[in-house]
Amino acid sequence: MTARYSRRAALQLGGLSAAALTAAACGVQGAAKQQSTAQAESAADKFWKAQKPTGTVTFANWALYIDPDHQTLKDFTAKTGIKVTYDEVIQDDSSFFAKIHPQLASGQSTGYDMMVITDGLEFSELVALGEVIPLDQSMLTNFHQNAGSAYQHRSFDPGNVYSVPWASGSTGIAWNPKYIKTPPTSINDLWNPAYAGHVGMMSDPQEIANFGLFKIGVDPENSTQKEWQAAAAALKQQRGAGIVRQYYDQSYINALSKGDVWITMAWSGDIFQQNLSAGTDLQFIVPKEGGTIWTDNMMIPKYAANPVAAMQLIDWYYQPRMAATLTEAINYITPVPAVQDIIKSDAASAKGSDKATLEAVATSPLVWLSAADYARLKNYVPITSKNQSTFYGIFQPVVAG
Amino acid sequence: MKRWRAAAVPYLLILPGGLWLVIFFAIPVIVLISLSTQQGNIVDGFSQTFHFANYASAWDNYHDQFIRSLLYGAIATILCIVLGYPVAYWIAFRGGARKSTYLFLLLLPFFVSFVLRTVSWQYFLSDNGILLSPLKSAGILPENFRILATGTAVVGGLTYNYLPFMVLPIYVALERIDPRLVEAAQDLYATRAAAFRRVVLPLSLPGLFAGVLLTFVPVAADYVNAAILGGTGNTMIGNIIQDEFLTVQDYPTGAALSFMLMAILLIGMFSYARVLGTDEVLEVAAR
Repeated sequence: MTARYSRRAALQLGGLSAAALTAAACGVQGAAKQQSTAQAESAADKFWKAQKPTGTVTFANWALYIDPDHQTLKDFTAKTGIKVTYDEVIQDDSSFFAKIHPQLASGQSTGYDMMVITDGLEFSELVALGEVIPLDQSMLTNFHQNAGSAYQHRSFDPGNVYSVPWASGSTGIAWNPKYIKTPPTSINDLWNPAYAGHVGMMSDPQEIANFGLFKIGVDPENSTQKEWQAAAAALKQQRGAGIVRQYYDQSYINALSKGDVWITMAWSGDIFQQNLSAGTDLQFIVPKEGGTIWTDNMMIPKYAANPVAAMQLIDWYYQPRMAATLTEAINYITPVPAVQDIIKSDAASAKGSDKATLEAVATSPLVWLSAADYARLKNYVPITSKNQSTFYGIFQPVVAG
Repeated sequence: MKRWRAAAVPYLLILPGGLWLVIFFAIPVIVLISLSTQQGNIVDGFSQTFHFANYASAWDNYHDQFIRSLLYGAIATILCIVLGYPVAYWIAFRGGARKSTYLFLLLLPFFVSFVLRTVSWQYFLSDNGILLSPLKSAGILPENFRILATGTAVVGGLTYNYLPFMVLPIYVALERIDPRLVEAAQDLYATRAAAFRRVVLPLSLPGLFAGVLLTFVPVAADYVNAAILGGTGNTMIGNIIQDEFLTVQDYPTGAALSFMLMAILLIGMFSYARVLGTDEVLEVAAR
């Protein structure tokens, strides 16, 4: 049948767009209503009962964040018959949120069935806006069996209602030993005037706030607005003294390798990968005052067309073998503790340069944090829509210079 | 009937482009203006409260970046004139049969992504890169000297990226000048300098005007160069607007800043046209 637009439909369409325009002129809609966890759970039960298995799944992930030849996905397809479309579309949480939020808010599917989001502002917004689907707990058998206890109890998502971890990492200090001879141990090394013009800081206010708070000796997770202001003052002093060269996004890693930056805030896995791929000898530590730990999480966006397949793929990565293959490739902290032994046995049976690489991963202090490291790793400042504008009002001017 | 049709033709011709502009330019601008006086956040939504204080607070927080953007824009535009005019002149009057080859060469960099070209500057200007490293080891520059992460690098990048937008309109204006006019001036005992000053330069002014518009406006709103080549004190207003929308999610402040930038550039452009003394200057520029 050919769809024909009647005059009436055209009028309706015109009226609709006029209404949309008026709506946009009067305001931008937020969450229809906030749900309690119990309401969300019963809604989830109903939702999952109505779902049927499908033959495809679309997975949105960050660049270079999976085994390079996608063997884990191919194995999934071989085992389940579900075809996976894998899209490396996420550059950072904020711009990905800016892309999917308007679609979800206007009732459209994003086209993705599964995505990886860091615990932070965007994570809590997606939950508060009801733009993610609560997971079907009955399909998470591997997760409950194999995930480490810390990864089953996360303060930002109690009960794993909306997410389970993909990988974790820490934010600490990296340095280039070619230019810095005494290994840094303290957050104060980022304020050292001897390195003026060669210190890198991150441009994300959520990252930089933590380090300002460590500098003044405060735990970010329990910080107050007064302490935020003191932290921002310490960061501005660091900028004003000409110590900071630039506030970087992920490009800090190039600047550090080239020697433009000698010491910088850094993400653990980046340093490891750079050393492996570029042959550099960059070093990473968690400063004695503290560093942060973050977790990237698998979530299912609202209106996903293949939620059952997405659940299957999410749980797939909690088989120790799959988690091990993933960790060998991305070098971030895995939520599955059994992985270390598997990588060790992989290393024992490997040959040549593969063997050296696997041995490095199996023992890397960046992937297997010591108890002392864990003790120093703190959570981020919890940001919600309530304190968001205050928080950014204090820390955005630091990087805006 | 025929007459009616003939009268309708111009309107029919403007219809597709006009609708395009109304839908994709006018409506977003109206939404932007409306957004700029709203209050709220993403989760609770934004509502229209005619909160004009958004403008005041945006200006209070970010006037430094506004002024810096206009300053960088002005310097880069002047550098583009200084570098671009002679190039346009040479191609127009001395290019001979190869004119189009030279113009093609001028446009060649556009075949590589704008961002990629700017990133390549990062490597070129690096503290220990191919440019500075030899000069430092020869003792010509102090060990701690740097270009990257300074205003110089940002202005340099801006000038480089927007130079063709200056050269092309000047070239078009110069190319139209009848060489016999210059010959006539010289026959009347004008020196070459005087012939240039009294004949060529005035005739090329419309091209120069268009070049300034095409360069200054995008340069002042640019955010790529400051992000890639700049340091802590080189943030431009484009970077702030991007951050307000994407990172901070403060849509009203971002909208207020965008609208202020648009207003400043429009006022600047019209006063510039007024000073230049041509009423129909836009029309001339478009020619």
